Amino acid sequence: MARFGMVIDTRKCVGCMDCVVACKTENNVPEGYNRDWIVTTVNGKYPTLNLEIQSQRCNHCDNTPCVACCPTGASHIHDVGAVVLVEHNMCIGCKACLAACPYDARFIHPEGYADKCTFCIHRVEKGELPACVAVCPTHCMSFGDLDDPESDVSRLIVSRKNHQLLTEAGTSPRIYYLV
Amino acid sequence: MQELTTTRHNPFIDPFTSVWGWEIPVYLFLGGLVAGLMIITGYFILKGKHKNPDSIVHYVPFLSIIFLTIGMFTLFLDLNHKLFVWRLYTTFQITSPMSWGSWILLLVYPALIANILIDPPQILINTFNVVSKWSRVINSKESFMNNIGFLNIIFGILLGVYTGVLLSTMGARPLWNSSVLWLLFLVSGLSTAAAFGHMVAKDVDEREFLAKSDNIFLISEFVVIILMLVGLMSSSQAHIQSAQLLLGGPFTAPFWVFVVGMGIIVPLFIQLLAVNHKIKHTPVAPLLVITGGLVLRFVIVYAGQFSHYINAHFQ
Ligand code: SF4
Ligand code: SF4
Repeated sequence: MARFGMVIDTRKCVGCMDCVVACKTENNVPEGYNRDWIVTTVNGKYPTLNLEIQSQRCNHCDNTPCVACCPTGASHIHDVGAVVLVEHNMCIGCKACLAACPYDARFIHPEGYADKCTFCIHRVEKGELPACVAVCPTHCMSFGDLDDPESDVSRLIVSRKNHQLLTEAGTSPRIYYLV
Repeated sequence: MQELTTTRHNPFIDPFTSVWGWEIPVYLFLGGLVAGLMIITGYFILKGKHKNPDSIVHYVPFLSIIFLTIGMFTLFLDLNHKLFVWRLYTTFQITSPMSWGSWILLLVYPALIANILIDPPQILINTFNVVSKWSRVINSKESFMNNIGFLNIIFGILLGVYTGVLLSTMGARPLWNSSVLWLLFLVSGLSTAAAFGHMVAKDVDEREFLAKSDNIFLISEFVVIILMLVGLMSSSQAHIQSAQLLLGGPFTAPFWVFVVGMGIIVPLFIQLLAVNHKIKHTPVAPLLVITGGLVLRFVIVYAGQFSHYINAHFQ
């Protein structure tokens, strides 16, 4: 089974937020809510500072505390690409998954169910790229199967220095940031 | 220096997680209290105390079911997608403590109802014809009584433990990630239940027994709190920082003043004097214990949501 993941080149990302706007438009994300967002980290001591811009979203982790804690099975791992999804009509809005996600990637949709990034599975199943990846003007994002050693994402991970986010939380996130 | 800026501002998520409001701590408190009451009344039944018409066994189970129902109602209030609540009972998710909890609650009710039927209140006898018939059946054999006592202890323990496990399995929240949280909630449930029983007991011996047991529960609770903090402080940076929320951080005052000071140490002191007949029994100590148990749930739920792996990147 494929295991979809993303690789994001922080050397190319300029933090223009096109991915954020594309996601909101594509997925009808309500005003005041975000499925993806931009984080800017600054490390070091002046004048030796290191700035990194990250487009963040649900990491579609391999170990999914959000799925494990869900009492109804609404949070589940999809057959295609092991993408982590929420079945809205099964969700009771208990918010256990929001508390269980170390990335705070989920939120409660105004209609009451838990919501988050879907890797635009509705597009991916039609052979298209997720909206954020497709729209990025610097082409800093790649999307594909991490289990296929020939995929763009797998090649980038082995060829460039990279890191994932909060690996100490133990969820094996599937988004890699090239540095 | 490390600085982090985010464009995300999701409600109840940013700037820090606060997805659970007052409903969850109130539910956890009432769940713990009922768990403790079930264990205590179950034990009393096994000891044959139901033969004493003044025993708390005759009226506390009915109060327990009311408390539990209020707790379940607050839990329901917390749900954001209320119309789909029935989805809890069309599946069993083995990895989800919440799923376990909803099924355990279904088992707790019959155990409590059987307990109530030992001596049902008049209002139930008048409303439902079958009540007195079932009550006669239950009272006809001592073995039925023993089974009811035993079931109440087992389901009481399950209920008390689950309220802690619910939080401690959330790996994302370092403060909850303690392997003794279930024990803390169980002993806290027992201490609030003993305090409640102490307050409402009519029988002098029972009251004395409950006050003495409460002292033991309070001492155990204090030890478990220390163990939990020691465990967190000797773990990873994220866990150390989560413990610091209670050790100098924003939750220090409510925790040490209301949970430990007013909720454990002061009532322990008062009750030690009372059981040694230096002063009379009053509702003051039990009320302090009950309030301490409630504040404990609030502090743990709020501080736990506040604790985060990201914080470990900042000093
Ligand atoms: S990032 Fe959060 S919501 Fe997404 S799969 Fe991982 S734990 Fe679940
Ligand atoms: S909020 Fe919905 S998806 Fe999340 S754990 Fe509860 S039922 Fe499952």
